[in-house]
This record gives sequence, C-alpha cells and structure tokens, in this order.
Amino acid sequence: MKLYLPSEDEIALPLVEGVKCGFPSPAEDFSDMRLNITEEIVKNPASTFYARVSGNSMVDDGIGDGDILVVDKSVEPYDGCIAICFIDGEFTLKHVKVHGDRILLVPGNEKYKSIEVHPSTNFTVWGVVRYVIRKL
Amino acid sequence: MYALADCNNFFVSCERVFNPALNGRPVIVLSNNDGCAVSRSNEAKALGIGMGVPLFQVRDIVKKHRVVVLSSNYALYGDMSKRVHATLRQLAPAIEIYSIDEAFLDLRGLEHKDLGAFARRASALCLKNTGIPVSIGVAPTKTLAKVASKWSKNRPDMHGGYFLKSAEERERILRVMPVEDIWGIGRRYAKKLHENNITTAWDFTQIPGEWVQKKMSITGWRTWKELQGEACIAFSDHTPPKKQICVSRSFSKEIFDYEKLVEQVSLFTFMVCEKLRKQESVCNQAVVFVLTNRFKENVPQQVESRMVTFPVATSSTPEINQSVLKELSYLFRKGYGYKKAGVILSGILPRQAVQLHLYDTRDREKQDRLMQVMDEINTDMGPGTLSVATVSREGIRMSREHLSPQYTTKWEDIPVVHCK
Repeated sequence: MKLYLPSEDEIALPLVEGVKCGFPSPAEDFSDMRLNITEEIVKNPASTFYARVSGNSMVDDGIGDGDILVVDKSVEPYDGCIAICFIDGEFTLKHVKVHGDRILLVPGNEKYKSIEVHPSTNFTVWGVVRYVIRKL
Repeated sequence: MYALADCNNFFVSCERVFNPALNGRPVIVLSNNDGCAVSRSNEAKALGIGMGVPLFQVRDIVKKHRVVVLSSNYALYGDMSKRVHATLRQLAPAIEIYSIDEAFLDLRGLEHKDLGAFARRASALCLKNTGIPVSIGVAPTKTLAKVASKWSKNRPDMHGGYFLKSAEERERILRVMPVEDIWGIGRRYAKKLHENNITTAWDFTQIPGEWVQKKMSITGWRTWKELQGEACIAFSDHTPPKKQICVSRSFSKEIFDYEKLVEQVSLFTFMVCEKLRKQESVCNQAVVFVLTNRFKENVPQQVESRMVTFPVATSSTPEINQSVLKELSYLFRKGYGYKKAGVILSGILPRQAVQLHLYDTRDREKQDRLMQVMDEINTDMGPGTLSVATVSREGIRMSREHLSPQYTTKWEDIPVVHCK
C-alpha cells in the first residue's frame, strides 16, 4: 500500500474578502491596527472611572472647569498624588500630601487654601487621577 | 476547591460607591416601577425591612428613620457587576457567572495554597478596584462555598473571606444555619423538612440518604451530598444559550391608547431580538401578551396572549416586530387599561442550524447584514440609536422616581468633582 502526503502546493489559499479582482491590497495584513486612545489611557478597565471637573481650584496643574478626569481606583495613593477625595459629604479634587501622620489636601491654585484632614473627619481617597482630558 | 464570591447588598453598594454620603444610613433599592425593596443596606435590614417587601407596607418606617429610597439603576449595576467579575477573573483559572452579584471560582489545582488568605485578598482587591464589598467563601463543594460566603458576611474579623476547611468547622456552622438558608432547598422542601423536625442544615445532613432520595427531588439529593463535602454540581464557565427569551414590563400607568401600546410592545420586541442575536440564535416562535390591572375593581379585565410561528427561524427585528404587532392588533380592546405587556421568543436554535424553506421569499442574507449593522451602530453610538419606526422614543413607561445617574454608562451622568 502506498500513502501519499498531500502536496502543500495544493492547499487552498483563503480569499481576501472584498477584493474581487486585481492585485490584493498589500495593507490587508495590517488592518485592525488603528490606534485606540482608550488603550493608552485606560490601563485597568475594571477599576477606571471618569469624572467631570467643576471649578478652578486645580488650574495650576492644568485641570480646569469642565475637564474629564480618568481615575484609577486600583492605584495606591502616593504622597502628592492628585486624587478625588470624599470629604464633608462631597467629592473634591486635591493633591494628597502626607507629613508624618498628618494629611493635607492641597489645591493647585494659590487663591485656594489647603485643608488639613482631622482624624475624626469622614475622609476617603476615592481614586487617583491618571489623565485629564481637555478640549482646546 | 470552589469559591463563591457574593457582593454584599449589591445594588445598595453600587449606589454608595458614587454617593459615599449614603454610608452608615439605611438605604433600600426598589424593583422596576418602584414596587418592592430588592436590595437593603444592613441598617435597613436592622429596621426590619424584609426582602421583596412592597414600599407601601414600610412607608412608616421609611419616614420615621429617614430611609433613603432609590429606584433600580440597572445600567449602573450591570456595569459594576462586570467590573467585579473582571477583577475576579484575574485571580482564578476559571469563573462561572452565577448572577449579577454572584460568581463561582474554580480553584482546583490551587489546594496547596493558603485559600483563606486567597479569599481575603480577592475580597480586598474587589473592594479596592470597584468599591464593592464582596464576601468570598471557599469550600470543597459549591453548596458549601455558598455556606462559607454567607458565614463570612457581617463578620468583620474575617475580612471578606473564609475557607471552610475542617469537618469540625463545617459541623459548627451547619448546626446554627437554618435549613431554609441552604442553596437548593426551596420554600416547599423547607416547610416539609421543618414538619419533620429538621430545622438546621446539620439536621438535614444527618437524615439518611435513602429518605432524601425517596422524599425529595434530585436537587435535594445533590444538596445533601454537597453538604457532606461530595462535589456534584458541575462547574460551567460558559452560560448555556437560553431556551426562551422574554422582555416584559409593567407600566407606571395603564395604557388605553393603541398607538402607545404598539410603541411599548415594539420596544420590547426590539430588545428581545437584540438579546436573541447576542447569543447568536434564531427563533421559531414569538408570543405577545397583555395584562390589565387585576388590582382594580369594576374595570374590564383581560389576560391574554397570542403566538406566531415563523416558517423559517429568524432573528430579524423588522420581521418579528411585524408579526408581533399583527397579533397585538387582535389582542387590543378599546376601553381596556393595559398594565403590563411582554414579548417571549421560543423555539430557539443556534443561528447555524436554520432550516431553509423552499418557498422562502425573504432575502435572509440581506436581513442578517442589516441586523448586524444595526447592532454595531447601537453598540458604538448608544442603545436605541437605530431601531424600527414603531418603537417608543421615550423609552419604557416605567416609574423610576428616585433614579440615580448612570455614573459609568452615560457621559452626561459621570460624577462631578468640585474644585473649590
């Protein structure tokens, strides 16, 4: 008995869809590679949230009224980070600065004052800001 | 080993993530149309507000204790659920989504690890990533994993995770767990067991297997074995396609107008067809039903449905909608106030299994392409961007008086941060 291996030359090539005649587009293998901005700014989709800025207390950090913040809750707050904080019943955007066991919330605009967080206040760092999206 | 991750008071917890001022306060979330309490904070439970209790029955408690009452915001809960599941998926080799707030993890092969520490770490990560508190129980069977998860709830010293390891611990817990709290023991069997003086989960494990086999269903028998530590409920990391898909809603006010009813039923058809295509299926039958308000006296009542059969299984919204609306026109009676309506698709098959019909006059391929484009546009540009002309533009006529914003699914609704 003789066994034949199928010749590799005879394997049918897949048709390139949409190209009916003429030379196949050399770009075909490179489709679906267009950049998607979300991939760059959202590293952790499960923990990334968006929020909108209201007010001007962070303008020196390039964060203005109406801007969109990209916030990642999985990021551990670090000294000096810009974070959404929950204090006195509302969300506020500040630099979180740690001096020993004191926590200071520092705005990015000299017209505004820093706040010291008293140990008794109901305070949480909600999420650390990773990007700011602003329309020019 | 299996783990069950169960989100604590899930809907309330979702609301609290975006409104931390609700922490520490009694909060309840209501079902569709603001009917019954479907999620309660621990503070609300402590006030005696039961699961599924109609709002009107607890109006006094709500007023007296300033309970925060919210309408259900399913767009938010669905998105938060996906985030919790995505976080869990990073931690376990396989995950089975059991419901919007529960998932089983398959931990087989990880037995050599400290699974108690694993459970606590997983719970902490869910909380960190999403803000949702999750109770994670680990045990040799799914039923015991549920027991372990329940046990870790409201026990802060467990830090959100518990590994039910030894036979002694199992006995200790089952002895204090009411039999009706066990997964797989329905209300009917719980009653029967109580009549036989079987009140705790431990009592249940002590009755002879033959009795269980003879007197209870196969589910009861499996539950009995699972509580002994013998795994018999399989782990499945894919959801089987549904055999029947339904979209139905009660309306905030009765609908008397034919045109209005058509708009609502078209919207249900639109939604149900979208679900059908999402699971890559087609259907042979559609049922449309209408109900009047049975709680109102001295008004004409109607509870009726009509079925339509398609010669070729289909998933085309215009085709199904056209047939459904034709049936609806036979159902509709002038002067009747419709309180609820719905559309059910059945005879569901995978899309590849369609039997073609000799005298089929429809261009199936063209319809499929049209539906594909419609689904893509609605995914990219928001639900309902493209639909059929009869669909209501105002959405479902539901009453949701206490609805919170769609914080994660609508740009206009994202949280506002004050910079002052």
